[in-house]
Amino acid sequence: MNDEMTQQALADAVGVSRQTIVAIEKSKYSPSLELAFRIAHEFKKPLEDVFTYDPEADK
Amino acid sequence: MSIQEKKTVLNMTSGWVIFVAYAFYLSQNYSEELTSTPVDIKFWASAFLILIPVSIVARIIIHIIFAIVTKVATDEDLNYKEDERDKMIQLRSVRNSMFMFAAGFLLSMVAVVMDAQPYMMFVIIAIGGLMAETMEGLTALYYYRRGF
Repeated sequence: MNDEMTQQALADAVGVSRQTIVAIEKSKYSPSLELAFRIAHEFKKPLEDVFTYDPEADK
Repeated sequence: MSIQEKKTVLNMTSGWVIFVAYAFYLSQNYSEELTSTPVDIKFWASAFLILIPVSIVARIIIHIIFAIVTKVATDEDLNYKEDERDKMIQLRSVRNSMFMFAAGFLLSMVAVVMDAQPYMMFVIIAIGGLMAETMEGLTALYYYRRGF
């Protein structure tokens, strides 16, 4: 999406560690609403464009 | 292994090293007080209380040495700012460690009821504390690796 931004740069911009960004990308961690909004804001995209919900994953 | 995982492993290892060393020291120098009948409650209370500052000082020294070695070997800084994921993992780890400690405490009460030697109550409580710290570390490692 913003492939010119490194994980560390994104982590610094939203106030978390790079490991947290990695965990989010690998779907190993669901960020809080506040963090999700901060990430979407950093990408200048709406929330739904950055994060998706798969109801099948809950089953 | 991330910095958080390394610090978790370091904490767990430190806990075991300090506990074993302290237990060895007590067994070598105070073997009679450890197993006396009737149980020397004041001795056991002193042993637990002295363990606190001993553990604090030992951990500080271990962390300083590890930080220096890590910086020299990998140029990695052990300091990091805790974010929401770290705090969430810490919450779950502490919760599990509390359960483990409670189980150890109950087990010590069972030992008393089962007519075990009176000093066994304190031994089981001490081991329960060590197991609680181990549970905290293992839980943290689990969530750092597996995620949630």
